[in-house]
Amino acid sequence: MTAPCTASVLLFHEVGLHARPSVKLTKLAKRFASQIEVAPAPDGPWIDAKSIVKVMAVKAPKDTVLHFRATGEDADRALAALVRLVETDFADEAV
Amino acid sequence: MRPAARSPDKVVHVGRPASPGLVLGPVIIDQARTGPRRVAGDPATERAALEAALDEAMTALGELIAAHTGEAADMLEFQLALATDETLSEPAFAAIAAGAAADVAWTDAVDALIADYQTAEEEYFRARAADLADLRDRVLARLRGDAEVSAVLPEAAILVADDITPSRFLSTDWTGRGIALAAGSATSHVAMLARARGVPMAIGLGPVDTTDGDLALLDGEAGRLVVRPDPGERAAFADARGALERRRVAVAAAARRPALTASGERVQVMINVADPAELDGIDPAICDGIGLARTELMFHAGAGLPDEAAQLAAYRRLLAWAAGRPVVVRTLDAGGDKPIPGYTVDNEPNSFLGMRGVRLSLRHPEVFRVQLRALLRAATDGDIRIMVPMVAIPGEMQRVRGLLAEAAAALGREQIPHRVPPLGMMVEVPAAALALEHFDTDFVSIGSNDLIQYVMAASRDAPGLGDLTDPTAPAVLKLIAMTVATAEARAIPISLCGDAGGDPAVVPALLAAGLRCLSVAPSAVGAVKQAIVGWEPAR
Repeated sequence: MTAPCTASVLLFHEVGLHARPSVKLTKLAKRFASQIEVAPAPDGPWIDAKSIVKVMAVKAPKDTVLHFRATGEDADRALAALVRLVETDFADEAV
Repeated sequence: MRPAARSPDKVVHVGRPASPGLVLGPVIIDQARTGPRRVAGDPATERAALEAALDEAMTALGELIAAHTGEAADMLEFQLALATDETLSEPAFAAIAAGAAADVAWTDAVDALIADYQTAEEEYFRARAADLADLRDRVLARLRGDAEVSAVLPEAAILVADDITPSRFLSTDWTGRGIALAAGSATSHVAMLARARGVPMAIGLGPVDTTDGDLALLDGEAGRLVVRPDPGERAAFADARGALERRRVAVAAAARRPALTASGERVQVMINVADPAELDGIDPAICDGIGLARTELMFHAGAGLPDEAAQLAAYRRLLAWAAGRPVVVRTLDAGGDKPIPGYTVDNEPNSFLGMRGVRLSLRHPEVFRVQLRALLRAATDGDIRIMVPMVAIPGEMQRVRGLLAEAAAALGREQIPHRVPPLGMMVEVPAAALALEHFDTDFVSIGSNDLIQYVMAASRDAPGLGDLTDPTAPAVLKLIAMTVATAEARAIPISLCGDAGGDPAVVPALLAAGLRCLSVAPSAVGAVKQAIVGWEPAR
């Protein structure tokens, strides 16, 4: 078993990790085969990034540094995509 | 002696406002809409029933999402995400395996989560409990064999309920009707939907003393419901509603007419747009074109900076809507209070005085070039004009013009159709206003928000400085008048596209300063035109 890949990114969304950002985050996480977890601090608690119920329960406020860790074949790509999503403030993909 | 039967007295319920507007009409008490409990079958049957109900709910949500946009779509997406989350359904399936009926197991599982949300500290999370209840009832209705709710309310009806779900809201025609809630939250999805669609709504009224058909008055602005109003109250209410309606009709009518001052001078009113999608509900006939199209939103879109094709498509959409009217596109105005990760400078101290607007564009010519190419190409489609933000010294305009010429030459070599449109600048830095005659510009638009904060040395987002960030401060008006005079002396078109132009109270001062073209938020067009019509300079 390989060690998980990790990444972190600052959440600057005005109202924090509320419904709309959480929907986008879990939808994106589900596109990857890897097991993906998210935490509001480097030492956890780690929770399943593919579950909207659990992601919403974190209630991460604005200016939280979100930590991700992923295990699996596409772990690198998954983390890059998730970090990008948070960096772009959960923007819509269309123009 | 009078007969025993008499009409009960009026009762006033005071709650909180959630969406403004007035309604006078019969009360309809919202009926509970779930049918009788299930008779539990064996665990396999119950499991299959819940799976089927969840599937149906997901399909229905998917169809609803396709039919809605904005707030409603976000809310439905959230419900769909919940419905697909095993963390939510797993406890229900476990209870079914232990012998529970599907409806009871599902209700218990969702109610546990609802209880969690209801105890949250933030009102935002408490308000999400209503979304969960909505999903719960949506699945429950299928498990208990209920038909979809499609209530048709009587004209001018006031729906009275503890709280209502977004599904209930979306399945009802609210035209001319209102909502009075015993509980509810101003940050619930229903409240947001009600405001977006102009449905009067009051919340937090407490238990409402009424029966179906009682006449009531709902005031969404005061957050008040009067059941069985007396004649005096009804008369006052009718007056208030009449005045509101006359004001609404007058504003809508004013929006459709050209704005002429008392001396018959025509003032152009254009609109500010941040997202081409905003234009869908706006009639181009209400304005003289788009005076400011912001492009920042595009640069927040998903995968990296938008490419030439994506930008070209967006600019063409603006031009198609404008149908020949001018469209002023502002080049990327990032920095200051508008950061773009990976493009703007992180944690810049004093960012309003830092690397922003045209300064950033000139620092990232590779990004700027893509935008200029897209604008040059879009120019073959209509009257597009390029406007540069945050210009402070003439050299900046010279460099932009140089880059524009280079981009045009490159397109020429590639044999891609293009046209070089007018190139203008925003005047929002006092240095530009004071020395406008030195700038090489085809037109000018005053960005009042920034100009005010730089003139007054008062940040527009600093709390407590409202008195200073005033568009009618003498120094601000003097600078605006000066800028207008310089532009007129050079025969350069000039407009103003900041928030000041959208404030009817400020419009007379702007006209007095010499402005004859304002670009404002689409929702402000009617009120601004009203402020212009019949205006005459003070003698």
